[in-house]
Amino acid sequence: MAVTAVPNQRDLRLDLFRGLALWLIFLDHIPSNIVAWLTIRNYGFSDATEIFIFISGYTAAFVYGKAMLERGPLIAGARILRRVWQIYVAHIFLFAIYMAEISYVAASFENPLYAEEMNVLDFLKQPDVTIVQALLLKFKPVNMDVLPLYIVLLILFPPILWLLLRKPLLALGAAVAIYAVAWEFGWNLPAYPSGVWYFNPLSWQLLFVFGAWCALGGAEKLGPVLRSRATAIAAGVYLAFAFAVTMTWYVPGLSQYMPVWLEEHIYPIDKTNLDVLRFAHFLALAALTVRYIPQDWPYLTLRALRPAILCGQHSLEIFCLGVFLAFAGHFVMVELGSGIGSQVLVSAVGVLAMVATAYLISWYKGVEGRNPSRPKSPDADLAGGEA
Amino acid sequence: MKMIAAAILILLGVNSALAQDPKTCAIPSYLLLADNELKKVVAAVKVGRLNIAVVGSGSSLLTGADGPRSAYPARLESTLTRRLPRIAVKVVSIAKSRETADTMAKEFEQILAEVKPDLVVWQTGTVDAIRGVPLDEFQGVLEEGVERLQAGGADVILMNQQYSPRTESMIAIGPYADAMRVVAQHYGVPLFDRLSIMRHWSEVGQFDLHAASKTNVLAQRVHDCLGRAIASLIVESAHLEMAAPKPTQ
Repeated sequence: MAVTAVPNQRDLRLDLFRGLALWLIFLDHIPSNIVAWLTIRNYGFSDATEIFIFISGYTAAFVYGKAMLERGPLIAGARILRRVWQIYVAHIFLFAIYMAEISYVAASFENPLYAEEMNVLDFLKQPDVTIVQALLLKFKPVNMDVLPLYIVLLILFPPILWLLLRKPLLALGAAVAIYAVAWEFGWNLPAYPSGVWYFNPLSWQLLFVFGAWCALGGAEKLGPVLRSRATAIAAGVYLAFAFAVTMTWYVPGLSQYMPVWLEEHIYPIDKTNLDVLRFAHFLALAALTVRYIPQDWPYLTLRALRPAILCGQHSLEIFCLGVFLAFAGHFVMVELGSGIGSQVLVSAVGVLAMVATAYLISWYKGVEGRNPSRPKSPDADLAGGEA
Repeated sequence: MKMIAAAILILLGVNSALAQDPKTCAIPSYLLLADNELKKVVAAVKVGRLNIAVVGSGSSLLTGADGPRSAYPARLESTLTRRLPRIAVKVVSIAKSRETADTMAKEFEQILAEVKPDLVVWQTGTVDAIRGVPLDEFQGVLEEGVERLQAGGADVILMNQQYSPRTESMIAIGPYADAMRVVAQHYGVPLFDRLSIMRHWSEVGQFDLHAASKTNVLAQRVHDCLGRAIASLIVESAHLEMAAPKPTQ
């Protein structure tokens, strides 16, 4: 049986856009941040999460697909699970930081105006339950939903990757079927204390598997479609439509121009279950990006793009740092002032910290890599080294 | 050196404390859009009485002995009584801490029967966000609730969450506020955008919503302004100052 080849060439565009997505996720996570108006979620249906999950699927297939072909499914599967463990530990580390912050607020902040809001701290009263639920990934504080999603996607990835390498279209079809069934029957994983996962893994797997499928030859198959003028026009029209709809949410008075039948048809645009409108919006963005930024785009090697690319190459570390910095940044703003100046300052310092950390990690990996006594780990620095 | 310090202070937004301290509860007009009609309210005012029920959670309450008198439902009543001198205005507050939209909606039949409100101000969204109630469920409850209230003969105003800078990174209220906006738009009911209004007050330095406080002073001032603002929304949406029977001169 023919097995799909895994491309060899490193695609800097993936690193670049994942790095940018990490910055946008950080900016979006700081509440009441004027700089977040720069991020794409305000100008269309999808946001940086789609970019991040798609590229993560792409690189996972790239890195572990190679391992699966060279070393077999068992070794590749073991590597994927080792990665899952790293992400899990990172998530629990972030949870510990979150607990520290929230406990501080619980002990130091009191205001009768916000008696109801402070009930969010109720879970501190029963740490025995809360911490266990957090370890089970059922209790997830605000903005800590992405890593648990990523963990579930990667745990399920070994068999999916195996199938993708042999019957790519069947694997993609299965992903679409699971998405459709979850949508139809409202399937999702349970959360604590109530409700379901904010990012439904049964829905978001579609984007992840689609990314993986693209990495394993799908993108080439789509080539003629992506290059066609009709696709570009359709994508452009759809992006313009999404932009117009989003503007009616933000510009006072515009909402009256939104036809009721259209509202009834498209609202709510469901993030939890990866609404088709969001998925299509991401596809349109991706199609135009691929069309106008080819893989050998000369500007990709520009020094100015280097910071974003480096961040994208160390995505797990930088993502976690971003979640922490968003907490810390909000904390600083609450304590010291939350004017526009401090919003800009906190955002800029945060992105700089992410970039500096990426440089540091990159430097360290470089130094370690040159050390002949230590063999280079086989999947390091492939497509950014990380899935 | 001093200049640098001043620049940093300005950057950090400390300057907002130096801004003038307006005693009014001014709200820019785009935050108080009165472009939905309140037919039941208009009809009620024509016969000289107005019954309003406020259904909500803990942020519609204030603690302490003077809590009930100073929470926004009571302030709404006294403002409306002052602005509509010929009308018998009654505001009944049915607010309980920790109530989700779903729990409140279950009491609507009883409220409609007992209070016979011409208008229900439905404050919700905070507890649902804290509990992480699925968004589609929340929106479904809102839609059904608004329909039931309207069918029961009451106008509806939806009121979203408070702006609470301390807990912003702990409670994801944004999507729930969006759902409320969508439902309000869909049913053509006014949305009292408490979230944006309080954010505006915080930004212009009218209230320091970051500060910790053991007393009710700030909370009472905020609730007073909220009560006045809802009164304005009602009066303007229903064009009441014209519709009310004119005092004989």
